[in-house]
Amino acid sequence: MDTFNTLLLGFISVVLVNNLVLTKFLGICPFLGVSGRIDMAFGMGLAVTFVVTLSGTLTWLIDHLLLIGTPLEVTRYVCFILVIAGAVQLVEMYIRKFFPSLYESFGIFLPLITTNCAILGLCLFINLWEIDSLLDAVVRSFGAGIGFTMAICIMAGIRENLNLADVPDCLKGAPITLITAGLLTLAFMGFAGMIR
Amino acid sequence: MADKSTIHAGLYKETLLAGLWRENPVFRLLLGMCPTLAVTAAVRPAFTMGCCVIFVLLCSNIVVSLMRNLLKPHLRILMFTLTISTFVTIADLFLKAFQPKMSEVLGPYVPLIIVNCIIICRAEACASKNGLMVSIVDAIGMGLGFTFTLCVLAAVRELLATGAIFEVQILSLLKEGGWFVPWAAMSMPVGAFITLGLLLGVVNLVSKKRS
Repeated sequence: MDTFNTLLLGFISVVLVNNLVLTKFLGICPFLGVSGRIDMAFGMGLAVTFVVTLSGTLTWLIDHLLLIGTPLEVTRYVCFILVIAGAVQLVEMYIRKFFPSLYESFGIFLPLITTNCAILGLCLFINLWEIDSLLDAVVRSFGAGIGFTMAICIMAGIRENLNLADVPDCLKGAPITLITAGLLTLAFMGFAGMIR
Repeated sequence: MADKSTIHAGLYKETLLAGLWRENPVFRLLLGMCPTLAVTAAVRPAFTMGCCVIFVLLCSNIVVSLMRNLLKPHLRILMFTLTISTFVTIADLFLKAFQPKMSEVLGPYVPLIIVNCIIICRAEACASKNGLMVSIVDAIGMGLGFTFTLCVLAAVRELLATGAIFEVQILSLLKEGGWFVPWAAMSMPVGAFITLGLLLGVVNLVSKKRS
């Protein structure tokens, strides 16, 4: 029961309290780039969730089995980025084969998942939070993906309605999206006191 | 011969200035948003971050430009990221050794320079197509442009959040007998997003007036 509680708390903390996009500023590029339509945002969120779960787990394993306590520790970043690049390549091949239409609509943003800060950031945070059980690492990586999907879908919903609004000329596009995101983080600050 | 060198000088100047304003990485190309938002709560970390980015950008542009003829198209991005992550490791270890406090403040955002789009974008768009000198000048221009933007954003946020810039008190605080009430929200994520949004709006307005 205790383990279950820890896992649940970890999950909620990474989805709501420490949401990667809205409190840690990770993954802003796709957050601004792909959040124009809600179906694309959802697809992007799923792809990121898959990659982040896979690479979070793999990097935890590599970190704990190979790196910690050995001189190889200096190569941590190089190892992490290699794992992520490999995972993204896998997802890209899979989507191209089975969902060609989705592949078309993602365009450049799919290979750019490699350089999505949310993924490398999560791997680094797992290292920083000193999580010492594999299960906890898996649950948190998955939670981070869900948190990303949630944030990007909320944003896409708002932006679809924003199209109908009368925005001043100089704020059209990215500026108004950033301001909207700012207001969204204000809402998410309400979760801050929930869990440490 | 003289003609050629003037053309070169003009090209260098053009490349350098492009990074500062016309193709400013943050305001114009919307690249590298994560560190821009995350480390700009105060000027000092923003400036340190800018210096790290200049160092990494310069080194990776030099290396990529030297090996540009050896790159295979499908392995190109991987080679870029590996080069960049090596230099980021160097920068990170340097900060940990000589600026331990700053390293703690910046935390994971230093290793996150690896996935900063500016660096990959410059490697791809400039260094893998141009010679050594142009790549170096481009890296300096882009790096300075990025640092400049970061400092402007950080100055606005630090001033409104604490009434100070670079930890020097400028506005007198209410609790010390002055008039200024600090906006705590400015040092939080909200402040980052909204300030950057409004700054982008101002930049749009200015460049529209000019043209």
